[in-house]
Amino acid sequence: MTDEPAITEELIEAHGLKPDEYQRILEIIGREPSFTELGIFSAMWNEHCSYKSSKKWLRTLPTEGPQVICGPGENAGVVDIGDNQAVIFKMESHNHPSYIEPYQGAATGVGGILRDVFTMGARPIAAMNSLSFGEVGHPKTRQLVHGVVEGIGGYGNCFGVPTVGGEVRFDPAYNGNCLVNAFAAGLADADKIFYSAASGVGMPVVYLGAKTGRDGVGGATMASAEFDESIEEKRPTVQVGDPFTEKRLMEACLELMQTGAVISIQDMGAAGLTCSAVEMGDKGGLGVKLQLDDVPQREDNMTAYEMMLSESQERMLMVLDPSKEAEARAVFEKWDLDFAIVGETIPEDRFLILHGNEVKADLPLATLSGSAPEYDRPWVATPAVAPLDPTTFAAIDPIDGLRTLIASPNYAAKQWVYEQYDTMVMADTVRTPGLGAGVVRVHDTGKMLAFTSDVTPRYVKANPTEGGKQAVAEAYRNLTAVGATPLASTDNLNFGNPEKPKIMGQFVGAIKGIGAAVAALDMPIVSGNVSLYNETDGQAILPTPTIAAVGLIKADDTPIFGQARDGHVALLVGDTLGHLGQSALLAEVFNRAEGDAPPVDLEAEKRNGEFIRANAGWIKACTDLSDGGLALAAFEMAEAAGVGVQLDDGDTAQLFGEDQGRYLIACSFDAAEALMTAAGQTGVPIASVGKFGGDTVRMGSSEAPLAELSALFRRAFEEAVG
Amino acid sequence: MHAAVIVFPGSNCDRDLAVAFEHAGAKVSMVWHKDADLPDGVDVVGIPGGFSFGDYLRCGAIAANSPITRSVINHVERGGYALGICNGFQVLTETGLLPGALRRNANLKFLCKSVDLRVEDCDTPYLKGYEPGQVISIPIAHHDGNYFVDDDKLKQLRDEGRIAFTYVDNPNGSVADIAGVVSRNRRVLGMMPHPERAAEPAHGGTDGKAMFDGLLREMALA
Repeated sequence: MTDEPAITEELIEAHGLKPDEYQRILEIIGREPSFTELGIFSAMWNEHCSYKSSKKWLRTLPTEGPQVICGPGENAGVVDIGDNQAVIFKMESHNHPSYIEPYQGAATGVGGILRDVFTMGARPIAAMNSLSFGEVGHPKTRQLVHGVVEGIGGYGNCFGVPTVGGEVRFDPAYNGNCLVNAFAAGLADADKIFYSAASGVGMPVVYLGAKTGRDGVGGATMASAEFDESIEEKRPTVQVGDPFTEKRLMEACLELMQTGAVISIQDMGAAGLTCSAVEMGDKGGLGVKLQLDDVPQREDNMTAYEMMLSESQERMLMVLDPSKEAEARAVFEKWDLDFAIVGETIPEDRFLILHGNEVKADLPLATLSGSAPEYDRPWVATPAVAPLDPTTFAAIDPIDGLRTLIASPNYAAKQWVYEQYDTMVMADTVRTPGLGAGVVRVHDTGKMLAFTSDVTPRYVKANPTEGGKQAVAEAYRNLTAVGATPLASTDNLNFGNPEKPKIMGQFVGAIKGIGAAVAALDMPIVSGNVSLYNETDGQAILPTPTIAAVGLIKADDTPIFGQARDGHVALLVGDTLGHLGQSALLAEVFNRAEGDAPPVDLEAEKRNGEFIRANAGWIKACTDLSDGGLALAAFEMAEAAGVGVQLDDGDTAQLFGEDQGRYLIACSFDAAEALMTAAGQTGVPIASVGKFGGDTVRMGSSEAPLAELSALFRRAFEEAVG
Repeated sequence: MHAAVIVFPGSNCDRDLAVAFEHAGAKVSMVWHKDADLPDGVDVVGIPGGFSFGDYLRCGAIAANSPITRSVINHVERGGYALGICNGFQVLTETGLLPGALRRNANLKFLCKSVDLRVEDCDTPYLKGYEPGQVISIPIAHHDGNYFVDDDKLKQLRDEGRIAFTYVDNPNGSVADIAGVVSRNRRVLGMMPHPERAAEPAHGGTDGKAMFDGLLREMALA
């Protein structure tokens, strides 16, 4: 093997491999690896691809249910929505690339998740994104917000998928490490799902899509390391996205799948050709031989190492039914995309890479895939925190409190962000972003799907288990509030360095909470992604386990899409104890992160959610209560409807407490009576807390014009970062 | 009535437009951009929104040179109807079938939201379902919707009553708030807003429906 660097300690370290991991490689292959082989091991064994620190805990998550057609392990999760239709979805992070190069990092994050969905035979029908940035005053924040939002829009808008929801938050803990979590969902026939397991010996392995360049070489390894000041040097590891090619690749793949030519298919994401080929072989119990000279190349003189590790975008690998080759080729010619047979499946357990007349890698495929190290990282449970002492801060004028919240970019209206996304392409969007879950129609059926993405990182930091539960519970409530029945969820677990027991403790705690909540609320985790090492110079992000969830509104269900009207009663469902620990009010008004996260009573969540769905016909508008409690929920509901609201109680804790399991309802007087009766029969706490109407917002004895608050709410985000 | 919807590789509102035509009662043929000819008997050609060739060059510039575009031009020259929405409007200006050009939005950002349009006093089959001066709410979704014509051309458009829609609150910097214009023979309409996204109650508004209904009615009478 010529022209390849010698394997030195420095080279091994530069590949992110620990000395004991390298020893393991030597044991597996019984000789020194070639440079290309070292690259392949490093790609397969990095945290991003191998989940080596998280696997042990991910296994504990509930992933099954009668609605689940395919859980974690494939490109995305597959869930039954009836009538032989399935929704296929996943959320994935692109944090590190987005921090280094925000536009392309975010754009290719969207591209990657869309590919995960259409690889399985589904046409993407909705996208969301959950974004976490550093504090507004930080010198990098504005540039990151602009770049990330434009990148998401630039890719998704051109591809043609509506962005129907998401989150944007700011906290100093993300100053050196922003989070970009991208979600996509697609629709397929339940009996026409495509998987990645190869089958049949001697079957052609076909390369589809864009050509391979040097972009992204080593990207997955980069994404598995902490950042320091040398970060600028890592810019070349970020890939460049081409949504036009992705759009054609999707159309070509979906057309190809109709021909029956596809035996199995896998997109090339992290670690490109390496991961996709190994995955297909391993799942099918076969070996794979690749002849790299046949790989369509964008640049001259590319080495085997570069081709195997390139993360060039918009590429797929498939195993082809050879009798359909001509038809398959014609589809790709129609869409002006590369179609090249680059190898074949082989019977022996071997990953054989040929380039020129040389063997560049010859590794045991199953071992390469299955023997990635797995760590039981030491962890310490996050210590319990003392409850907030309510005597340590003064009562506030509630309107002043509301003003502070809605002037914060965390709680201000986000139209500056979502108006840069095409929220309506495909003409099936029923609810655009802005208030609660996004909803799209299932085309040509009476069904609709609702989407939401939620997490409250300050809760998770204070109490990982309750915080983990809360993320799931909030997703459950957001889906419920539009009348949808939650179906399943995907988790995007963003944490710091797992080698630190404190961080690992956050991870373990959050997983326990998420697991308990998805079990209780029947929202199994069907796909997901783990992003660790989100630290810069030793500073970890807030633990951020984003939960994205999908709900179904059947043809004969009653959706809740209305608005509050003059004269409507404001009904509060759920118990209010006035929990101000870790609240938005405490953080934004008093600049304090103290106390415990609000406890989540999963039984109450389920009972209250079922009550909302069962009585949807009485409800005009509904929203869940989360950050900012009743005060913010009532304001947002009123503001969206352009009508005032009067809340009777002016008590700070009653208004701004963040007790869980609660909803605010707007309905007529008659409906309110019916709802109170129904609630009484099922033991659901419910109370009238005020009414909608007029042109002011009043809380207790404090009052302000709706128009003034609305203007503040609508301009604050742009003033902060626009 | 027979509508043809042109599909470029980066079109992404082709289905949306086809659905709107179908709901108005048209038979719809999807026509691939590499085809040389339109199907026989096409009454109206729809050029949909999207990013025809990625829009890495000027939006619509490459689509204006696709094989099918020659046939679309012939169709229009023979007096056929053509409707270009968003990217379709950009294609129509690039082919010269409609005057002017679409520049990057004044704030340099992609913008997607519902906007109010004023229906101008413009005698065209596309507007028969509306009253002149009527204000309708239609979504926009574009990065390059900033319409430009020079002063002479603008005067001509005004004199000839060819401005179909104007923005009530100009979102993108367009000259004279122009959101859509028609050809001299009034049978070609280009507009940046998406009437096909406001054509059913589930869209949250149906102000776009009257355009498709009115057009089909007029074509049936013609």
